[in-house]
Amino acid sequence: MSPDISQIWVYLSASPLLGLTITLLAYQAAFKLYLRSGNNPLANPVLIAVAMLVLFLTATGTRYETYFAGAQFVHFLLGPATVALAIPLYTQFKRVRAMLLPVLAGLLAGSLTAIVSAVLIGWLFGASQSTLLSLAPKSVTTPIAMGITERIGGIPSLTAVLVIVTGILGALGARYVFDAMKLRDPAIRGFAIGVAAHGIGTARAFQVNEQSGAFAALAMGLNGALTALLVPVLAPWISQLASR
Amino acid sequence: MLSALTQLLIFQLAGEVVARGLALPIPGPVLGMLFLFIALMLRQGPDKELQTTSQNLLQHLSLLFVPAGTGIMVHLHRVADEWLPLLLSLLISTVATLVVTALVMKLCQRAPTAPGEAP
Repeated sequence: MSPDISQIWVYLSASPLLGLTITLLAYQAAFKLYLRSGNNPLANPVLIAVAMLVLFLTATGTRYETYFAGAQFVHFLLGPATVALAIPLYTQFKRVRAMLLPVLAGLLAGSLTAIVSAVLIGWLFGASQSTLLSLAPKSVTTPIAMGITERIGGIPSLTAVLVIVTGILGALGARYVFDAMKLRDPAIRGFAIGVAAHGIGTARAFQVNEQSGAFAALAMGLNGALTALLVPVLAPWISQLASR
Repeated sequence: MLSALTQLLIFQLAGEVVARGLALPIPGPVLGMLFLFIALMLRQGPDKELQTTSQNLLQHLSLLFVPAGTGIMVHLHRVADEWLPLLLSLLISTVATLVVTALVMKLCQRAPTAPGEAP
């Protein structure tokens, strides 16, 4: 007699193999949908893949920690991928140097707007202190944002989720915002996406235009560094705000 | 591919070591990116392998966010309790950041120092 299906499931649910495989499967399915939609930002591959995975894990009663034991191999590549952003940056360096002033001014204004507006609006609508602290670095890429939150006493795993939702919102909405502003310069579009929506926005920008992608990568790197400096300085203000 | 991946890891490692060693607030991978950028300037561009491997990695950058994003299932409770402040905060703040960044850049670009003008 062949072994019971439930026994196979016992093996699979305890092994990292399943978490890794379903991550890749879900993403590939989501990416196919995205391509078939004609790269429509509303069919964001991260959003669709995450929705599929959450449904699957909930339906099978699998814990997130068990899933992550496998998925961490994909998660780990965020580090080397961040380093690899130096290459498009190098390729576009001439254009970046020519735009040094707008780049630095846009970075400072955008970075402050991202932190302060998120915290203020969250506070206005009654978010708790730990949520506010976890919200502050929401516009920078996951590993950086989680590191910042850890330092200021927020909840790193909540930050990871808020960061990704922010990235998806930015990737979804950027086109409509820029079109409404009648803004066409691919460098500025890319840079603003990178400041507001980090890696997910950058991934979207690369799919649209190489120059946009390079500027988004630059923005994501610079904003990661600047936010890591700004948020710890603003943290006492955030805590005080929450206790009011 | 192997040598390119090793290079990326070495730069990340260097970034991590320097960031922790000097207790810098900048995260290791970002510092690694800076180091690789400097190296590229010094040797005038990436070798072909590094170029292809990085391109492949960055092409599916969004895949790398999926495991962390799935973590939303752990926070469904908090998200359900605070969904309104969270959604409004993320939505309005993201749009505001896009608009402010783009506007400031456009303004700074439109006011270049004309030739002969004082800097």
